[in-house]
Amino acid sequence: MDKTIKSADISAEKIIEWGEERKIETCFERAEQLKPCPIGESGACCKVCHMGPCRLVGKNAEEDARGVCGAQLPTIAARNMVRMIAAGTSAHSDHARDMAMTLLAAATGEAKDFKITDVKKLYRVADIIGIEFEGRPVNDVAKDVALKFIEDFGRQNGEINYAKRAPKKTQERWRKWGIVPRGIDREVVEAMHRTNIGVDHDPDHLLTHGLKVALADGWGGCMVSTDITDILFGTPRPVKAEASFGIFKEDEVNLIVHGHEPTLAEIIVDVASTSEMIEYAKTKGAKGINLGGMCCTANEVLMRHGIPTAGGFTNQELGVMTGLIDALTVDVQCIMPAIAELSKKFHTKIITTSRKAMIPGAVHVEYDEHHARETAEKIVRMAIDNYPNRTKQGSHITDKFPVVAGFSHEYIEYMQGGRWRGSFRPLNDAIMAGRIRGVVGLAGCDNPRVPSQGLHRYLATELIKNDILIVSTGCGSAACGTAGYLTPEMALEHAGPGLREVCEAIGIPPILHLGACVDNSRILTIATAMAAEGGLSDEIGGMPAVGIAPEWMSEKAIAIGCYFAASGFPVIFGGESPVGASKEVTRIMTEVWFERFMGALHFEPDPEKMLEMTLNYIDKARETLKLRKYEPGKFGAERVLMDMAARREIERAAAAPHAGVGGINESEN
Amino acid sequence: MSKIIASAAIKAAHVLVNRAEDMLEKAIAEKGKDFLFEFPDTAFYLPMIYAMTAFPVKTLADMKVALSMTKEMLHDEPEEKLWKPYLGEALDSGMATLFAEEIILALRYINGMEPCTDPETGYVYNGFITDTIQRNLGIQLVDGRMPGFAAIIGAAPDEDTAVKIVRELQEKNILIFLSGQAKDKNGQLTSVTRQLLKQNVALGWETYIVPLGPDTEHTLYALDWAIRASLIFGGKKPGDYKEHLKYQKDRVFAFALVLGELDDIKWSTGAGAINMGFPAVCDTDVPVIHPTGVCTYEHVDKEFDHSKIVQKVIEVRGLKVTVEKPPIPVSYGPAFEGERIRKEDMFIEFGGQRSPAFEWVRTKELHEIEDNKVIIVGTDVEERYKKGGLMPMAVVIDVAGRKMQKDFEAIIERKLHHNINEAQGLWHMGQRDIVWMRISNQAYKDGITLEHLGVIHNVMTHNRFKSIVDKVQVTIYVDEKDVLALQDEARKVYKERDHRLAGLTDESVDTFYSCLLCQSFAPSHVCVISPERLGLCGAYNWLDTKAAFEIDPTGGNQPIIKGEALDATRGRWAGVDNYLKSNSAGAVDSLNLYTIMDNPMTSCGCFECIVAIIPEANGIMLVQRGHTGMTPAGMKFSTLAGTVGGGTQNPGFMGIGVNFITSKKFLYADGGLRRIVWMTKNLKERLGEDFKKRAAEEGVPDLLDKIADESVAEDSEKLMEFLASVEHPALAMDPMF
Repeated sequence: MDKTIKSADISAEKIIEWGEERKIETCFERAEQLKPCPIGESGACCKVCHMGPCRLVGKNAEEDARGVCGAQLPTIAARNMVRMIAAGTSAHSDHARDMAMTLLAAATGEAKDFKITDVKKLYRVADIIGIEFEGRPVNDVAKDVALKFIEDFGRQNGEINYAKRAPKKTQERWRKWGIVPRGIDREVVEAMHRTNIGVDHDPDHLLTHGLKVALADGWGGCMVSTDITDILFGTPRPVKAEASFGIFKEDEVNLIVHGHEPTLAEIIVDVASTSEMIEYAKTKGAKGINLGGMCCTANEVLMRHGIPTAGGFTNQELGVMTGLIDALTVDVQCIMPAIAELSKKFHTKIITTSRKAMIPGAVHVEYDEHHARETAEKIVRMAIDNYPNRTKQGSHITDKFPVVAGFSHEYIEYMQGGRWRGSFRPLNDAIMAGRIRGVVGLAGCDNPRVPSQGLHRYLATELIKNDILIVSTGCGSAACGTAGYLTPEMALEHAGPGLREVCEAIGIPPILHLGACVDNSRILTIATAMAAEGGLSDEIGGMPAVGIAPEWMSEKAIAIGCYFAASGFPVIFGGESPVGASKEVTRIMTEVWFERFMGALHFEPDPEKMLEMTLNYIDKARETLKLRKYEPGKFGAERVLMDMAARREIERAAAAPHAGVGGINESEN
Repeated sequence: MSKIIASAAIKAAHVLVNRAEDMLEKAIAEKGKDFLFEFPDTAFYLPMIYAMTAFPVKTLADMKVALSMTKEMLHDEPEEKLWKPYLGEALDSGMATLFAEEIILALRYINGMEPCTDPETGYVYNGFITDTIQRNLGIQLVDGRMPGFAAIIGAAPDEDTAVKIVRELQEKNILIFLSGQAKDKNGQLTSVTRQLLKQNVALGWETYIVPLGPDTEHTLYALDWAIRASLIFGGKKPGDYKEHLKYQKDRVFAFALVLGELDDIKWSTGAGAINMGFPAVCDTDVPVIHPTGVCTYEHVDKEFDHSKIVQKVIEVRGLKVTVEKPPIPVSYGPAFEGERIRKEDMFIEFGGQRSPAFEWVRTKELHEIEDNKVIIVGTDVEERYKKGGLMPMAVVIDVAGRKMQKDFEAIIERKLHHNINEAQGLWHMGQRDIVWMRISNQAYKDGITLEHLGVIHNVMTHNRFKSIVDKVQVTIYVDEKDVLALQDEARKVYKERDHRLAGLTDESVDTFYSCLLCQSFAPSHVCVISPERLGLCGAYNWLDTKAAFEIDPTGGNQPIIKGEALDATRGRWAGVDNYLKSNSAGAVDSLNLYTIMDNPMTSCGCFECIVAIIPEANGIMLVQRGHTGMTPAGMKFSTLAGTVGGGTQNPGFMGIGVNFITSKKFLYADGGLRRIVWMTKNLKERLGEDFKKRAAEEGVPDLLDKIADESVAEDSEKLMEFLASVEHPALAMDPMF
């Protein structure tokens, strides 16, 4: 009998097999044993009150089935969806709130271990949200910025700060449909209220509010978090790093940071490199301290410091099973409670650090920004102290891959022209000229219900072969990184001819690692910059761009998918649809949303179909924008040769969006 | 691949910055950090550094500051494998290279090493290009006579190829800068400059071939020239680098032709140029960069066929050159206008007070003439021509057309000079009955005949005046008696024309014309041209613009219906204001044609002359382009010019055409000619009799003697002393403010 492939990551698969031989259970085995409940999976289960849970199943359930209160399937599916959005939004946004609090504490000097690292970014942000910055002390500006962002959470009326950062036309659509978020907390609370027993029952009405909540996530929580993290710890620029289990070192203390928050991890990066700690490690027989990461905390420190990553969500248990991790700190989100139990079989110490998150069986070392360094030192020492307890027990996998990461919005702009000429013109030009067919945001989780990371890798290779530039975040980045895809050589060997030319010209991988899942906000600002640069769509909607989360599992992914859709991206999620039970809800989230916002959220389990849908969306957008028809290997600008009369008209022509190359002029012929 | 280019550029930037630093330290040790430096005749310090950063480098200490800014742009070379992105870093290194080269060349000036002299040929290179030259070229840059700029770096495989490439560029009216060296096909290190010198090609601004210096670094002079276009004509603020570089990309159609092998410094200088949107085409097997976006089209490309390389690079830059050339056996174009024909190179000459000669354009009825016909009237014409030497000549151009007007005769006639002069080996000077023409031995050998002179006039008159002229016929008389007889007739007509022109006043017409030609470089500037106020470049008067509008109704000269006079004294009309509002990119909404004090005319930057207020003297001063001395305003021309150009209104300061000074409308509302308290000797001489006549009309016949010049005063104090001593009338006039 053929063996089921559990992870497309060969190293991961080896560890899974090693574990199976020793009867060590992982999420892969549990996923196999525990089939998803088909009623809940498709959104047909309502448990918002205790008259139920009600299961709306059967033939013609959409029309005929009712819950005890009389709720119909579309209402129930929509309510479930909105609750997922609210949950996802609260996760990113609570993270963002902590970032804002840390910025405030850093600015006031209360959190002495933190400082403003990227003053330029602080000023840029201050400028966007209308904080005076010229000639003022940096910390005063930072304080005002923090306070202004903190308003975003508790604001009762008005609009979140960053709503105005979107392209004008995108904002107009939001205003027309009333989905510009007021305050993040307010929108989440209202979502919970509306989905309570007996409140909002109109599926479209519910889902419209869902989008409002989602926008509070994307243009609120996520964007605020990304920007504050850049301000505090530096805006990423390219770094070289390594990925996969081979990053663990046999002869050094392996301290791994896992979860989503960067603050403590940043201080640990600092502390772990002090000679004091290294000397201490040596007293315990280790040659040094090897700091690594997993999941999105890894992405944060990878992007800024080149700290290696052992991979994404489904790699966490496997990391422990290498037997090489001396301490694994976890903060919030996507942490499997299983690791605490699993760690008992090895010497690994699991250390929970967030006051919001504890796991039975783990050691709790609570972090707060006022005592960051102390906490970090304690953790590093715990890891060092645990090094002598390392045994031979473990899979000891040593494969690893090089990674080039660190692509912030700012660097992507820089890399296209340097300090003086940085812009999005080359990218827009490349799309217009057909060198790049379109752009895909490859994001979201990895998932043991499919060959984990496999869909990411399949889509990544197929998309770049089709001249599609990928921007990746979160566990999508991890899946590509641990496959060795995040290298510039990947472009030369596997990208289509047009994309390859662009990658060669700039020196980039065909897949740009943008950061953690919270950094999907970078995709929003990049698309906004592309719209402003001109020659493509003048809003996010209509761009030859698609968002894909092929292996999503977290509610955060749903929130992200929805804010992408509301912003104007067609989005394709893998797996079975959590609203699949209702045709009406499916229709709203695809057709209706596309009509209103030029975005949509599809669920499609078949990766080949996902690819086909993506290409269709992109080619359709190209056609609508009257761009040169994409043909592999055939690209180039239609030259517009300028005589003197044409040059005198430049100023008048400039009133229209910058034409760039080919495209627009071609369409007029 | 492009990584090779990036590595080379990044590497060379380090080398050049280090070299600049060594040279600078030495200079500081020798001359002290406060040693002052400026490039010859510029108001823009080290122009590249100034435009990009707004930092004015005035001393060696300032250079040190500039160099530290330069160092911030240095990066590490990309690695062999697993490289980090390099394009932005390479372009930064390119800019660092330009900064370092600018400092190096400045230090070379300080050390007396610039402009360079070629040790082999003794040829003195141009070196730094002055603001004056830049402004002198202003009108050529916008009227299509100089549509693009080529920097040729290196050397062609052989001299013939060098000449062929340069001739092709000249024929396309492309201004050519030469720099750098490379090996020719025999492995000999040489340069295009030397190759051309060996082939006796005339070099210099007049022939559009400007050798800057022997090294690649000297290319910077061309880029320094380009960047001043956005400072001077574009009105872009120093430090607003985004705007400057966008202007360069959109409006300055420069490119590089790199001949021969490239070294790191060529690549890094090229990377600097790419920042400005200037692409390069090489004749060697180099890596290419095709994706677009920093430049409009390809950034780096290659073309091995030298007969195609010029066409290729012009396309890569997105430049359209339309050349209209008559069917004659020699090259043709404005680039050949500058050639002189010395006596020993001369085959035959006409006029020049040596023989009777004149040119005359007449309007005829359509049925009276045969289009494109050339008639030569004379005895033994061929024989006499073949002998060479000297001949009389009358060139009578008969034109007919439904839109032809008598007034256009003079305009067509003025172009006859260019018609002939643009032919290689033909030389022309003067007009009407003071004309002087020469044909060179080489042109004669190439097959130029007398008939060709007629052919040139036929074709070029048609080309230049398409929609006015339907038929052109040229008659050339070479017998002295014919010439003399016709000359009397022509002189009568010249006189009538002058008389009519003198009678043209602003009040006598209801339409002025705009000149928007400069909007390709100065997008917000509009010249308003009236019968009594010609364009500030001196090249266009009211009749010219009227004709230009007839020729091309959608072109750069548009009629402005004066409309209601809002202020007759100051020269303000409702129609003019309305026109400006919609055609100055929102920069200007009202204009007074006759005053400098309130909403005066804007300038593109290529004015012949600047009027500037001297408040303490209650008057104004006048200084022409090219005057390098100090003025009583406390600023040199180049600095004054910096405050006037770019399409902004600057009360108290204004750029004008020289001939406006003797117009009755010159500062009419401010008191006219009597306000002039200082003007250069050069202007005094140029205006001479006309000025005296006007002064007499104004009742101040001795005004010219009461006006100070540089021999009397170059500062305010001396000026005031002089004015008081001569009792200049301005001192007793109403206050200007």
